[in-house]
Amino acid sequence: MLIIKDLHASVEGKEILRGINLTINAGEVHAIMGPNGSGKSTLANVLAGNTNYEVTKGEVTFNGKDLLEMSADVRAKEGLFLSFQYPVEIPGVSMINFLKTAVNESRKYHQLKELSAGDFLKVMREKKELVQIDSQLTNRSVNEGFSGGEKKKNEIFQMAMLEPKLAILDETDSGLDIDALRIVANGVNLLKKPENATIVVTHYQRLLDYIVPDHVHVLYKGQIVKSAGKELVLELEEKGYDWIKKELGE
Amino acid sequence: MTESTIIETAEQRILQLFTENKTLLDEGAGSLLRNHREVSMKAFQRMGIPSRKVENYKYTDLTKLFSLENYNRAFRPTSFDFDMQEVFTCDVPEFDTHILFHVNGWYFYQNRTDQFPKGTIIKSMKSAWKENAELVETYYGKIADSSADPLVALNGAFAQDGVFIYIPEHVVIEKPIQIINLLRSDEDLYVTQRNLVVLGKNSQVKLMFCDHTLAIHSFVANYLTEIFLGEDSIADVYGIQNQHNGTAYLNGLFVHQGRNSQLITNTISLHGGIARNHLHVDLLGENANASLYGLTLTDKDQHSENFTSILHSKPGCHSNQIFKNVLDDSSTGAFTGRIHVLPGAKKTEAYQRNNSVLMTKAAKMNTKPQLVIDNDDVKCSHGATVGQINEEALFYLMTRGINENEARLMLMFAFAHEVLANIRVEPLRQSIDRLVNKRLRGEVSRCHDCKLECIR
Repeated sequence: MLIIKDLHASVEGKEILRGINLTINAGEVHAIMGPNGSGKSTLANVLAGNTNYEVTKGEVTFNGKDLLEMSADVRAKEGLFLSFQYPVEIPGVSMINFLKTAVNESRKYHQLKELSAGDFLKVMREKKELVQIDSQLTNRSVNEGFSGGEKKKNEIFQMAMLEPKLAILDETDSGLDIDALRIVANGVNLLKKPENATIVVTHYQRLLDYIVPDHVHVLYKGQIVKSAGKELVLELEEKGYDWIKKELGE
Repeated sequence: MTESTIIETAEQRILQLFTENKTLLDEGAGSLLRNHREVSMKAFQRMGIPSRKVENYKYTDLTKLFSLENYNRAFRPTSFDFDMQEVFTCDVPEFDTHILFHVNGWYFYQNRTDQFPKGTIIKSMKSAWKENAELVETYYGKIADSSADPLVALNGAFAQDGVFIYIPEHVVIEKPIQIINLLRSDEDLYVTQRNLVVLGKNSQVKLMFCDHTLAIHSFVANYLTEIFLGEDSIADVYGIQNQHNGTAYLNGLFVHQGRNSQLITNTISLHGGIARNHLHVDLLGENANASLYGLTLTDKDQHSENFTSILHSKPGCHSNQIFKNVLDDSSTGAFTGRIHVLPGAKKTEAYQRNNSVLMTKAAKMNTKPQLVIDNDDVKCSHGATVGQINEEALFYLMTRGINENEARLMLMFAFAHEVLANIRVEPLRQSIDRLVNKRLRGEVSRCHDCKLECIR
């Protein structure tokens, strides 16, 4: 589904990603772990099409198409979703209008009929229940005045509405208490389908207790330095990132 | 006189027009009003057409406009051989209002069947001069001071007609009164309009001014509305300006507020060549409340200015101003906001904010807050931002599959919405929402289905 080859990216002239290689197949859950500043969020943003990051080398194909050639909205329409570490508050843009536009833009792209207002509300009700998001929140402006937990739930709610092929969850666990974490993780698990894939970007193992990964990668200084199965999560928890550094001879 | 005078300046030309048409201008007016006209003309001659050197006109240059215009004057009502309702239909069907028309500044008589509560007066200013002289003379020219501003003086000198509205004590007019000001001529035209609105104690009214052009010729429109709010009265004043680029719209709204009275104004400038809104509010009674909102959308080489001045004369009054501008192409805009808290006006609260978004590098916005506080025990604030669209929000929207163009529009619309949300007449708010949306999309947003191609 996603093939990343020798990906290099920099921000303001500073190289952050220094040759990432990663292949993700349908049905898989990949965890990308690593200490702060290792390039985890950069990778998530580069994949989503944030133009603040400059790709200097490498290629990424998404379902056979050149991902790097696409603008952020086309990537989304092609089925890529980024759950933000810090979701943006957008006063004045109502959740309903925002979601309706997003869903219908994608439907238009795939030459499907736009959802009627009634059908849209029906879908929204279903998905709201699935991710257990407060009804009140969808009557407000996008993320405006939402608590940290509400913002993260809202990301998963949007994911439920947009039904992506590949979801990238960037530090979705940061700022979540254990109950909110469970709800968010549960939502992600319910949305999981054999034809979809998920990338969980996280610093801690906590979220991975709930969203169990098939593959775990450790990102360090812009490169994947270690890849293994879910057992790597426990090992990292036990030994910390210093263990990786030591292994690398630092 | 055998010598012919050479007209050199705009002021001289205006004086000549005044002298030549004095009899016509004074028609029907009592001595007080005639005197007001004289005084206004003298004040205008003293001040002249303001150049940018005049502090209050620093951002809107009128000298060029007035030196170029040698437009015809609408000294007499324009005659029409068509049914106004047919040419001009407001396209908000669920929007039930009392509709009044002005054509080229003249109150346009219609066989109206609207029923108003007893004692309410809604009629042409010219007939009110005659028929309600005492009432008119109590307020006319007292709220807008001709000696203080050249455009007010110019309006006072040439005012002939407009609408006079009187709402008696304790009367509530439920339906909004919609005042549609049309400019229509087969030659370039200079138009003066003068309105007076008097609200008795504890009365309420909602006014909606719609300014349109219905012909492709150039216009100068010098409009002035005086509003007196009696004790405990409430007035909503909405203005929607939608004129073509050949229009210079010089609009004044001057308000005196009595004790506990409430004013909301919302000035929406959708389209026009030069637009200058001068909003002046005197809070003359304790605990009066004034909220002034404005949204201005400009493109091409349009220019707009909102010039506000709020005078806090008595204790416990509250004023709030939010003005927003969206500037595209090489358009220019200005906001000048003055708040003056007079000695003794304790427990004043006065807030002001101007936010602008520049869509291009060529667009330009000037913003000048001016707070004069001659008192302690007041809460005042002002803020101004000029910026571009929030790129982070733009990216967020795009990652949800919304294309860049649409995402930008959503953000622009959200920016405008803070102002529009304060319109308290729901169908009007929805209709303006729609118009603003269309305008931001670059679609011509005429809010009526008239057959004339007047946006140019």
